[in-house]
Amino acid sequence: MKRLNTVEDFKALKEGLFRSGPQSGRVIVIPAGTCCQASGANDLIRTAKRELLNRGLVGKVALRITGCHGFCQMEPNVLIEPEGVFYPKVTMDNMVRIVEAVSQGEILEDLLYMDPRTAEPIQKAKNIPFFARQVRTILRQNEKTDPCRILSYIAEGGYTALSDMLASCKPAEVVEAIRESGLRGRGGAGFPTGRKWQMLALQPNGDGKFLVCNADEGDPGAYMDRAVLEGNPQSIIEGMLIGAFATGATDGIIYVRNEYPLAIKNLGTALRQARALGLLGERIIGTDFSFDIKIVRGAGAYVCGEETALIRSVEGRMAEPRQRPPFPIEKGIEGKPTLISNVETWANIPVILRRGAKQFRAVGTEDSTGTKIFSLVGKIRNTGLVEVPMGMTIAEIIEEIGGGPEDGVPIKAVQTGGPSGGCIPVDRFDLPVSFDGLAKAGSIMGSGGMIVMDETTCMVDVAKYFMNFMKDESCGKCFVCRKGTQRMHEILDDVSKGRASLDQLSLLEDLATVVRDTSLCGLGQLAPNTVLGTLRYFRDEYLTHIEAHKCPAHVCRELNTYRIDPNICVQLGHGCGICSRACPEKAIFGEKNHSHRIDLNLCRKCGICLDLCNFNAVIVE
Amino acid sequence: MWDMPGSLQLQCSHCGIAGEQSCLDWMWNYRTGPTRSGHMIHLKVNGLNVSVEKGTTLLEAARFLGFSIPTLCHAEGLSPYGACRICIVEITENSKSRLVTSCTYRATEGLMVRTASSRVINARKMIIELLLASCPQSRKIQDLASAFGVRQQRFRQQQEDCILCGLCVRMCKEQMMAGAIGFRGRGDRRSIGTPYDVRSEACRTCGACMYICPACQLRCTFNEPEKAVCGACANLSPPCLDKTNFEDMMCYMSPCVACEIKES
Repeated sequence: MKRLNTVEDFKALKEGLFRSGPQSGRVIVIPAGTCCQASGANDLIRTAKRELLNRGLVGKVALRITGCHGFCQMEPNVLIEPEGVFYPKVTMDNMVRIVEAVSQGEILEDLLYMDPRTAEPIQKAKNIPFFARQVRTILRQNEKTDPCRILSYIAEGGYTALSDMLASCKPAEVVEAIRESGLRGRGGAGFPTGRKWQMLALQPNGDGKFLVCNADEGDPGAYMDRAVLEGNPQSIIEGMLIGAFATGATDGIIYVRNEYPLAIKNLGTALRQARALGLLGERIIGTDFSFDIKIVRGAGAYVCGEETALIRSVEGRMAEPRQRPPFPIEKGIEGKPTLISNVETWANIPVILRRGAKQFRAVGTEDSTGTKIFSLVGKIRNTGLVEVPMGMTIAEIIEEIGGGPEDGVPIKAVQTGGPSGGCIPVDRFDLPVSFDGLAKAGSIMGSGGMIVMDETTCMVDVAKYFMNFMKDESCGKCFVCRKGTQRMHEILDDVSKGRASLDQLSLLEDLATVVRDTSLCGLGQLAPNTVLGTLRYFRDEYLTHIEAHKCPAHVCRELNTYRIDPNICVQLGHGCGICSRACPEKAIFGEKNHSHRIDLNLCRKCGICLDLCNFNAVIVE
Repeated sequence: MWDMPGSLQLQCSHCGIAGEQSCLDWMWNYRTGPTRSGHMIHLKVNGLNVSVEKGTTLLEAARFLGFSIPTLCHAEGLSPYGACRICIVEITENSKSRLVTSCTYRATEGLMVRTASSRVINARKMIIELLLASCPQSRKIQDLASAFGVRQQRFRQQQEDCILCGLCVRMCKEQMMAGAIGFRGRGDRRSIGTPYDVRSEACRTCGACMYICPACQLRCTFNEPEKAVCGACANLSPPCLDKTNFEDMMCYMSPCVACEIKES
């Protein structure tokens, strides 16, 4: 690639790309993010390449490998452009058929997505309810760009915002545009990004300033940032370049967790290509503006997402938070002013400059503008990444985009914000998803995890799971967070095993409040949220565990009693005996063609019989 | 650490704001070094107006006024750490109040500080209860519990000998310039020790870590001198074990395990 030496060079390159493309032929788009690869996208890519070569279609039908498109439930999927035909769950055999159909301009009706409600096939991706209700500003770019080809990003309008800004804007105007857009940090706290930029711009520029992209996404069940990092790393680089120009920052750091190897690889490629084109490094496209970015790999601790701990980790020390103030914006990495923003925030910056702040504001609510990506997981039909305008209600996201419950079991709550967030019960699903909307229900929007729970989920077990996570991930510096999470987990464990008393429940509540009040950093302050949230909305479940020694969802194994329905066992299963053979305690007695029974004195309540019985004869009470 | 001015300054030398002339509302001023110079900061501690130099922590301000705040992980001469959370105070800023550790929080203009509000006391009692549940044998923690009227602990009793306050780590690094011990692990696996649990080259067996420790009484490992972080009783020359006069010994444990054995 030839280095671009002037803004005009960039414009010429861009126009050249527009002239040569978009190709007249069809494009087979295969998403190959980590999630797609896990479900077999690599096989599809191999098959598609081979078929294109064998059939002599090179040059007629193009192939584009992109990041995840978001509909993870239906992966590996294939998208055919320009029609936008969507094939879900494609196998290698079907891939051969798809290549053939694409070359002849046909659509394979039998492979199309079936709407589970109407049982009608839907041809185009944009008509599928999962996609139809979303506003895919960021994720749309994942479909259009190849993360390993910078020209593909430029052809889609990438770096236009940067070159226009370098040609005509003053830094203060850029800060003002971001302020006007009302963009708020997507990492969870929701601090206005424009204000942060202004604060950094006002810091004295003596020894340099740092921009950091926080890509240490550690929430269980959340992977929005990974999709953006893998699918569109150039947008983050462009966002950081714009930020550096506006605030006078000199060094950029992308702090990405080591558990995202594909993201690190794609980021490295993207940085190399941007440097080769002269879009990164010294004298960017011939102007006086210089800025470079390096990747720092996180060593894998949840607390590294906390900004003061992140700074220490970047400096090569143990990741421990410290007292704020001084805020990183005054004293950050090596004591220099540091601005830390989330991946999604950076990805939104080029969009704002390209479309204008007013148009960005038009989406979303008054105090939370723009769109937000959520990772919708759990007991829901359509798992995946959804990008919705702020202000959409939880019910809309879960019912219309998510497609409602998975197996017809009613949904009872949604956990937002990961282990730091809280549970929102089903009767409050009319709440709008925005920074302030969710706070009213005692939860946070957080970085965007949304875990859906139905009646087969035990809320005590959920609280125990998240507390176990927090107990392991607390850095251990401050005593309250370290011991508090351990003790809360201890009490929750007692509750789930039916050993707790009501006094312990009130102790749990007191302890949770103290940990929230007195912990040093956000991790400790938010750690009791799940406990407090479940206690607020699902106290009756706790009381059932404690007083009746029963788990309503039959999740807490120690509280279950198993028995075998003699009628089903004999009539359907003819006393097959699979349970008695598998029982590790030899607690099930019976003969073939006769009903089996469980000796409750011997039963260890492992539940193996329940899992193995093919006739649902084992009943849990 | 600080010099009291000869006469109480009733006016901020920098901005000229004067305090009220009552015996309780008084302003004070001290100098502690080159870093703490410049603008004076006015704040209110338990209703008393004070003005302090920039960089003063809330703990220093409150203690100077005579309000006692208990601490465990704080020691003069060592950098503030904020690990034990015992020294929490309630601060009010922009009509929002929250709890912060006074040892690490620096005074800011217009801050309202309460060192013994019910929220502070309740939280402190809970922290002491947590401490008692983990390290019941520490004299210092027992004294704290008694001072705050904590008579029971409702958690499952553990017997640990370290509260990970980090005093020894900071002592070793900042005062002894050794840096022989440090933290490792996180969460419930966090602990203090030398790298790979072998005796560190940097350790001079000065015993300062044991001298400053508020909780652990069991760190003395004279039986295993290759592991010991003090080891004065066996490693010094002549070793403490050979000495006859207790005053000559280089031991900070009371009672010293080694000495007791020797005396008997």
